[in-house]
Amino acid sequence: MIRIENLSKTFTLHNQGSAVIPVMAKAHLSVAPGECVALTGSSGAGKSTLMRMIYGNYLAAAGSIHIGETDIVTATPREILRLRRHTLGYVSQFLRVVPRVPTREVVAEPLLVTGTGRQDAFARAESLLARLNIPERLWSLSPTTFSGGEQQRVNIARGFAYDYPALLLDEPTASLDAQNRETVLRLIEEARDRGAAIVGIFHDEAARERLCDREVDVTAFRPERAA
Amino acid sequence: MKDMSVQDRPLLRVEGLTKFYGGRIGCEGVGFDLWPGEVMGIVGESGSGKTTLLNCLAGHLAPDAGRVLFDLDGEAVDTVTMSEPARRKLGRTDWAFVHQHAADGLRMNVSAGGNVGERLMAVGARHYGDIRASALDWIERVEIPGDRIDDRPTAFSGGMRQRLQIARNLVTGPRLVFMDEPTGGLDVSVQARLLDLLRGLVREMGLSAIIVTHDLAVVRLLADRLMVMKDGHVVETGLTDQVLDDPQHGYTQLLVSSVLQV
Amino acid sequence: MSDYNFAYLDEQTKRMIRRAILKGLAIPGYQVPFASREMPMPYGWGTGGVQVSAATLTPDDTLKVIDQGADDTTNAVSIRKFFEKTAKVAVTERTAEATIIQTRHRIPEEDLTEDQILVYQVPIPEPLRFLEPSEVETRKMHALEEYGLMHVKLYEDIARHGEISTAYAYPVKVEDRYVMDPSPIPKFDNPKLEMAGIQLFGAGREQRIYALPPYTRVVSLDFEDHPFERTRAQEDCGLCGAGDSYLDEVIMDDAGARMFVCSDTDYCRARREAGHRGAMAGEGEAFA
Repeated sequence: MIRIENLSKTFTLHNQGSAVIPVMAKAHLSVAPGECVALTGSSGAGKSTLMRMIYGNYLAAAGSIHIGETDIVTATPREILRLRRHTLGYVSQFLRVVPRVPTREVVAEPLLVTGTGRQDAFARAESLLARLNIPERLWSLSPTTFSGGEQQRVNIARGFAYDYPALLLDEPTASLDAQNRETVLRLIEEARDRGAAIVGIFHDEAARERLCDREVDVTAFRPERAA
Repeated sequence: MKDMSVQDRPLLRVEGLTKFYGGRIGCEGVGFDLWPGEVMGIVGESGSGKTTLLNCLAGHLAPDAGRVLFDLDGEAVDTVTMSEPARRKLGRTDWAFVHQHAADGLRMNVSAGGNVGERLMAVGARHYGDIRASALDWIERVEIPGDRIDDRPTAFSGGMRQRLQIARNLVTGPRLVFMDEPTGGLDVSVQARLLDLLRGLVREMGLSAIIVTHDLAVVRLLADRLMVMKDGHVVETGLTDQVLDDPQHGYTQLLVSSVLQV
Repeated sequence: MSDYNFAYLDEQTKRMIRRAILKGLAIPGYQVPFASREMPMPYGWGTGGVQVSAATLTPDDTLKVIDQGADDTTNAVSIRKFFEKTAKVAVTERTAEATIIQTRHRIPEEDLTEDQILVYQVPIPEPLRFLEPSEVETRKMHALEEYGLMHVKLYEDIARHGEISTAYAYPVKVEDRYVMDPSPIPKFDNPKLEMAGIQLFGAGREQRIYALPPYTRVVSLDFEDHPFERTRAQEDCGLCGAGDSYLDEVIMDDAGARMFVCSDTDYCRARREAGHRGAMAGEGEAFA
């Protein structure tokens, strides 16, 4: 489902003497449907960079990233938008939403944009919010005023609202209490078991052991190693 | 919400659009496709040519070269060379234009209801009750209290005026909306409300939009794609989050790093 | 040279105005620009109508001038005297006898014939001016038949007053093409715009002439659910008893006593001469 070949990444800082900073080279990764792969490596090793490249948020310098049939590296913005809508989900650590939109709608949005009816979309959103222990009285409020933990859980609910065939998870269980952590792990297991290809960053070692089929150390993709 | 794959034609195709002011470049060689339901942001500093480009696209300025092809019933029609009556008709039906200053886009001596109703009457609506009902519906959709329908925009706050301008533009169900700094000059809290409103409307109506702004936070929230302009030329295009988070061109890097936090 | 040229204006000017009139007749409702001349009267006193009349008059014509329907008001009297002096034409107060009638604010009650010309004094010829200050823009709107704005004015009326409160200068559409300001006549007169006579409109300050040829279709703008209504005071004329004419309200004393009389003085006089009497005819005769 996810196939990365020969991927490299450089940053060119035009305003700092056009310094070219290579950050990744010859990265390879392949994730099959129903497989969960953890990215490991020390902080700054390039885990997030790789995730962002898979999502199309960072541009690759060379190589390919196939999600299904689409190569993110050469895809047009429109193709990437469609892919993000229908195929590729991304749960980041931080919630970024327009102020004033009710939580229920924030969570249901990925379903609404893919054509699910409002009623079904809201029902799904509400069941996720309930599972993640967001009190019902908050559902009609904007999450911008919620606590950090609540925002994170709203973000997770939103990430799991639509059944993406491929899923990117960036520290989904960080700083959750035991009960919510368990719920999130279940959600990830459900996604994996329905056949989603999952790439994740988990600092939570126990979670990694429970969920992941493989671990890939991105340190191997450092340019100096690859050279 | 229309699925993008349903319609495999761009709504707008722009090719080689060029405008000179004497020897000075307004914009040069601009080309892009805009697909149904897509929102494109155009950013750049003052004088970068983004407003010139928008005015050329919307038919307010005659470009010196280039084509602006709009999908009319499956046929790509060049709006640069089409007759003025046809272009003006487009401006009242399929197209809408939201000005930075609401006073430029509203009739300040006409009631809110009359402002919203004008576009309906312009396309032939002749039933007062229906016109007023539509106007009221739209005034409330943009969160103006219904009992203000007979007040003139002169009695409205800046944010309300801008929302009224949006209602006036969207009442005839356009397919493409041009916006010139729609949140410019508004307080931050008022901006947020407007942005939220615009986002909702764009999604509900399946609108395509081209938004000119110098505010990167605005495009981050509203635009699917981004075009960065400098000195009349497009220096970078791409997915909005990609351009903002991993800018490739030196100017974009400067632009992004100049903002406190987007 | 001691005398005036016939009808005051020089021949070249009259020719220029006639060309504008002919163009106006050829394109009913279209505002034709013309080089309005300085006249020996202030703008607003009918300089446009006077120039059109001057260009239309022949020595054989009989002229009638009315203001608000009356032959004996200052404006009417002075314009009538102006042409008596400069054109030496016959004048009359009787509608039927006149070949040219210059008017301000009214159409005579009596139907005009194909042998008659009605000349209107027009202050603001542009019906769209109320909402659109730009002349460039209004011309374009006329050219492209973009008349939605005209209904905005009527919408505003209903929104504010519950009905179309525009009572005079009520906009019309001519032959399904041009929207036209019929000059500040009461909307009661609008249906009479479809008539046998020629109608010429002259705006001196604004330098525009427009026209309606005989039997031109003229439709008052309205909404489906607020149709055009011809309105008049729900009274009979106090002097002649007419129940179908347009009435002026006359305050009789400091106590608020009032009476309604025909605004068309000739029509009222003719009815009284034919023996009709209104409820207050006795009192009326006393000061008439």
